Amino acid sequence: MRNTKMISLAAMVASSGLVLTACGSAGGGPSSDGGKISDDKIVLAVLNDQSGVYKDLSGPNSVEAVKMAVEDWKAAHKDDAVSKNIEVVTADHQNKPDIANTKAQELYDRQKADIILDVPTSSAALAVATQAKAKKKVYINIGAGTTALTGAQCNKYTFHWAYDTYMLAKGTGGTLTKDGGKKWNVVYPDYAFGQDMTKSFEGQITTAGGAIGQKVPTPFPNDNFATYITKAAADKPDVIGTMHAGGDLINFVKQYNQAGISDQIKLAVGLMFITDIHSLGAEQFKGVTFTEAWYWNFDEQNRKWADKFQERTKTRPSFAHAANYSAAYNYLEAVQEAGSDKGDDVVAKLEGKKINDFFLRNGEVRAADHRVIHDAYLAEVKPAAEVKEEWDYEKIVATIPAADAFKPVAESGCSM
Amino acid sequence: MSAFIQYTLQGLATGGFYALAALGLAVIFGVMGVVNFSHGAMYMLGAVGSAVLLDVADIPFWGALVIVPILLFLFGVLVERLLVRWLLKLDPLYNFLLTFGLTLLIVDLVKRKYGVSGLPYELPAGLEGRVTVGGLSLSSYQLFAAFFSVALCVAVWLLLTKTRIGMIVRASTEDAERTRALGINVGRWVTPVFGFGIALAGVAGVLAAPFRAITADMGSNFIIILFAVVVIGGLGSILGAVIAGFLVGLVEAYGQAYAPSYAQVLIFVLMAAVVLVRPAGLFGREEAS
Repeated sequence: MRNTKMISLAAMVASSGLVLTACGSAGGGPSSDGGKISDDKIVLAVLNDQSGVYKDLSGPNSVEAVKMAVEDWKAAHKDDAVSKNIEVVTADHQNKPDIANTKAQELYDRQKADIILDVPTSSAALAVATQAKAKKKVYINIGAGTTALTGAQCNKYTFHWAYDTYMLAKGTGGTLTKDGGKKWNVVYPDYAFGQDMTKSFEGQITTAGGAIGQKVPTPFPNDNFATYITKAAADKPDVIGTMHAGGDLINFVKQYNQAGISDQIKLAVGLMFITDIHSLGAEQFKGVTFTEAWYWNFDEQNRKWADKFQERTKTRPSFAHAANYSAAYNYLEAVQEAGSDKGDDVVAKLEGKKINDFFLRNGEVRAADHRVIHDAYLAEVKPAAEVKEEWDYEKIVATIPAADAFKPVAESGCSM
Repeated sequence: MSAFIQYTLQGLATGGFYALAALGLAVIFGVMGVVNFSHGAMYMLGAVGSAVLLDVADIPFWGALVIVPILLFLFGVLVERLLVRWLLKLDPLYNFLLTFGLTLLIVDLVKRKYGVSGLPYELPAGLEGRVTVGGLSLSSYQLFAAFFSVALCVAVWLLLTKTRIGMIVRASTEDAERTRALGINVGRWVTPVFGFGIALAGVAGVLAAPFRAITADMGSNFIIILFAVVVIGGLGSILGAVIAGFLVGLVEAYGQAYAPSYAQVLIFVLMAAVVLVRPAGLFGREEAS
C-alpha cells in the first residue's frame, strides 16, 4: 500500500538521518611508557551537543572556552610546561547515550584523548563515565546534572565540575519553600534528568517544610504544555516547578504566561541557562527564581573573563562555558604537577585539590566522591525595564556557600 | 466535570491549530500526489519569519500574518518550479526524498543564522488576557488561534468546492487526462497549489510564534504529528485533515490530563487503530491506497 509504505519510509529516512555523523580520524602511534606524556601530546576532547537543543548553552563555544584555557595555560607555563603539544578535539553526541558511548570510545582509543569534557544530557554522561572507568582515563562532566555521577554510579576517573540536580534543588527548592512556598506541583520531562531533578527537589522541599502535591511527567521533547499546566494549576499550589530545559523550557514558560496564573502561582525553574533568558526575552521570565553555578556579570573577575570570551565568540558565556574553561585549565595543572597524563596520576593530583579561580569560588575537588564543590548563587530574572545591557539579565540575590550548596559526602552513596 | 470540559476546550483549541497546519499537507498531496516532508520546515520558517520581521522591521504579529504567508507562497512557487516539478512524473518517493533533503537544508541554514536556542516573540497586543465563562477559562490567544484556524479551514474548503478554480483543481486531481481534454491547462494549476499549501504551513507558523518556542527544530517534532493527522484523516482529504486535526488535539489534551506520560503515544495508538479499521484513513478514498 503506497501510503503506508511512504510513512514507514519517512520514519526510516528520518531515523537514519539522525545517525549520520562524521567519524573521527584514526591516528597516533603506540603509547610510550614511563609515565610521561602519552603519544607525546595531551589531547583534550570536548564531547557535547554541537547541533541540537544544547548547542547554544554549551556546544561549539565550550570547545572555544577549552581552547582559551589551553592558550592561557601555555602562556602561563611557557618553557616549563610538561608538554607544548596540546590538542583540542571535539565530537557531537546529539544527546543520545548510545552515540555518546561510541564517541567516547572513539575519542579515548582512536583520537588518543586523555580527558573528555562537558557531555550534557544525563543519560549520555553516565554512558561516558562508564567508558572513562573502563579505559582508566579522566572524564570531567560539566553539562549533565545527574547526581548519580558522583553517587551510586561514581568511579575513580569521573569528576563533576559545575552543578548538579541536588545543588539546583537545594538553592531553588529549599529557598523558595523557606520563603513561604510550601505547596508545590512539579512538571518534569520523563527522562533521567527530569526524574532525578524531581527527586532532588522533593527532598529539599520536604526538608524545608513543604510538600509536592502533583508530579506531572511529560514526554521529551514536547511543545504543547497547555493541559499539563492547567492540570498542575488546578489545585492552586503556591509554586509550580518546571524541570524542563532548552526549547521545552521556552515552550513551557510561553504557555505558562498565557495560562494567566502567573499572578497567583509562582514559577520556579529547575535548571536555567542565560541563553534561555536571552532567547525568550527577560520580560517573559521576569521574577523567576533559579540557581546559578556562575554568572558572568557577578564581579570584576568574572566580567574580565567574559569580555575575553565575547571577543572570540561574539556572545556572553553561560556557566557551562566558564566551567569548561576552568575544568580544562585545572586538568592541565594537574597533568603538570603529575608530570604525566596517565589517568591514575592525574586523578591522584586532582583529588582533594583546593581551587580558587574565576569559576570555582572556595572550590574543592572532594576526594571521596569527586564532586567539585564551590559557591553557588540564587538568581532572579530582572524585568526588561531593568536590563541596561544586553545579556545582563540576572540579579544575584544570595550566595550559597560551597559547603552548603552540594550534597554532603555522607549522603552521596558513592563507593569507589 | 468542569475540569473535563476545560481539557476539552484546550484540546479543541490545539486541534484547530493542528487542522490548519495539516491542511496544506493535505491539499498538496490531494492535488499533486506529493508527500511534502518539508511542511514542518515551512511551518518553522513561518514562525522564524514572524520573529525576524518583528526584530528587523518592527512589524508586529498582525503584519506578519499577512506578509509571511505571501513570502512563503512565493517560496513555494520557487521550490515547485525549480525542484518538485521535475519529479512529478516519477514515483512519489522521489519527491518525498527531495522534500526531506530540503528540510535538512532549510533547518541547518536557519540554525547557522539564528542558533538553536530560539528567538523571542511576545503575544500580539490585545490578546494577552483570558476569556472566562463560569469556571472555564481559555487564553484569549488560544481562542483566537482556534477560531482563526477553523475560519481559514472553512474558507479553503469553500474555495475548493464552490468556486471554478476549486473545480478545476479538483478535476485535475480526479482525472488529469480528461481535464486536459476539456482544454484546461492542468500544469498551470499545480504551481500555485503547491505555493498555497506552503503558505498555509506558514500561517500555522505565524500562529505558533506567540505560544511555542521559535527554534530551527520546532518543525521536526511537529511534522510527525502532522503526518499522524493526515493519515488518520486520509491522505489528501481536506475534510479528513480538519476532523483528524481536532481528534488529535482532543486525544493529546485528554492524554496530558489523564495519562501524562502517554500523551504523544496515544496519538499514534489512535493512528494505528484508524488505519487497522480503515486503511485509507477516516475520509480517504480507497483508490488512493
